[in-house]
Amino acid sequence: MTKCKPFVIALILVLSLSVALVGCSSNTQPTPAPAASGPSGSATAVGSSALQPLAEKAAEMFMEKNKNAKVQVQGGGSGTGLTQVAQGGADIGNSDVFAAEKLPADQAGTLVDHKVCVVGFATVVNPEVKVDSLTGKQLIDIFTGKITNWKDVGGQDLKIVILNRPASSGTRATFKKYALNGAEEATGQALTEDSSGAIKKALSDTKGSISYLALSYVDNSVKALKYDGVEATVANITSGKYPIWSYEHMYTKGEAKGVAKDFIEFIMSDAFKSTITQMGYIPNSEMKVTRDK
Amino acid sequence: MNSKKTNTDKFYQVKHEYLGRSVVTIFGIMLILITITMVLFLFSKGIKTFTQNHIPIKDFLFSTAWMPGREEAQGGPAVGALIFIIGSVFISGLALLISTPFSVALAIFMTQISPSFGKKLLQPIIEIFVGIPSVVYGWIGLSVLVPFLRHQIGGLGFSLLAGSLVLSVMIFPTITTVAADSLSIIPDDYKEASYALGATRWQTIRKIIFPSALPGILTGVVLGLARAFGEALAVQMVIGNTIRIPGSILDSTVNLTSIITMDMGNTAMGTTWNNALWSMALLLLIISFIFIFIIHRIGRKGSTSA
Repeated sequence: MTKCKPFVIALILVLSLSVALVGCSSNTQPTPAPAASGPSGSATAVGSSALQPLAEKAAEMFMEKNKNAKVQVQGGGSGTGLTQVAQGGADIGNSDVFAAEKLPADQAGTLVDHKVCVVGFATVVNPEVKVDSLTGKQLIDIFTGKITNWKDVGGQDLKIVILNRPASSGTRATFKKYALNGAEEATGQALTEDSSGAIKKALSDTKGSISYLALSYVDNSVKALKYDGVEATVANITSGKYPIWSYEHMYTKGEAKGVAKDFIEFIMSDAFKSTITQMGYIPNSEMKVTRDK
Repeated sequence: MNSKKTNTDKFYQVKHEYLGRSVVTIFGIMLILITITMVLFLFSKGIKTFTQNHIPIKDFLFSTAWMPGREEAQGGPAVGALIFIIGSVFISGLALLISTPFSVALAIFMTQISPSFGKKLLQPIIEIFVGIPSVVYGWIGLSVLVPFLRHQIGGLGFSLLAGSLVLSVMIFPTITTVAADSLSIIPDDYKEASYALGATRWQTIRKIIFPSALPGILTGVVLGLARAFGEALAVQMVIGNTIRIPGSILDSTVNLTSIITMDMGNTAMGTTWNNALWSMALLLLIISFIFIFIIHRIGRKGSTSA
């Protein structure tokens, strides 16, 4: 008899503990604040690490203006963002690519796209490479492994080292789609680095290397190449001369509502435009060309 | 087990026996529950590649075709993980080859040859190594080791060798500590008997102490191997992550943990691609189960022969 008692006590303790835990978690649910001016409540935005810095900055400014609202921004990658928003785990899913490219059609159909800004990408090389411009054809030949030496595209006699982002990365998907015309990269040749920061470091250290970076990452430690003779500048992107750019998306499940709606409206408002430019992104309103897939 | 006097006072028993026992039991049960639920979760996620996407297990384990994003029109996704498995095996195996002689020699030195120096200086140094976060190892590997290999040996620097070198530094504290523990518990009688027969110190270590401690040393080696298999970040930063079977130790390659960390966040849940990553995680878990099983076998053998 005495043997089963501790077990009973243990059971009771476990049950009470779980009740307590459930109690705790229900306490953290946001209680709707009494009607005040401006939006109130909370929203979470999860996903793309490329959009994360901008979204964080926007959340900071948004909460400064609306004291009753709380916006939480998390990274995790575009795939995570889209999955979370489709399953209802987050209010906003940040993504570098259109939802239809990642999610099955039935899930992608439930999401509403908000294109919040544009990001330009540049083909970048190690500063010692003596090439200034590549044509689309040359770029495809390099990334598919047909051209393996810089001397074949007008540079010095130096082996080309390709640095890739992982196959699932939004940056790589964008580059493949708009710079390489969707050509399948050669497998088993390129080095792969997990983040744009790591790419930049490896690029400045590795002779003859070539990769691609968002314009906000390009600085003096790497050399940006012209694409078909067109320089990767904001002016050339907005006018449509330079094709390697993509939208940054904020997806909501169904139409945006509550704080999520106000937050997205804030990011797309004129008041936030200068911050977008400052942080190396391009405001949607400046684009003279559009895309819908 | 209790005397009759305390048995009558129920409250006394609750306070002095059951309360402490229950708390300890609860934590024990919770830990077991967490382990079981994690294994079940990983298992349920990991088998989806085979049950939902109908990829044969044979293809997953023995195919080198890794095209997880291929369109249905071109034949659908192919998720052969052999390249990653081979990468993991090569990198960890080489790390073990580099690390084991150093670790075992160090363990012998600090327990048999110079115990006071070992305790005062080597022990704390080894503990510091354990405390260094893996991202630091990776960063040092990327900034120092990779350029060094590139300039001194050749190739790009990002290589199987770089990964193994970083790993060997990371696993040496594990092997050394476990080996030193098993060396230090060898009874003095063994040593004294050997000395009495006229053996030198090195003969004693080689013929008597080392064989007696071998099961413990092997346990350390397997633990080190398990650690090497599971390490992700530091290795991923220096191996280059080229999806191919390496032709030499200076070639860049990829392993299971790297591909999981690189692609997990960017793939949507429920896709074949994402499911294949879960299957690889399950595979890692199974491999570590095998290592644990081996350790238990070694331990049992050791205790029966001693």
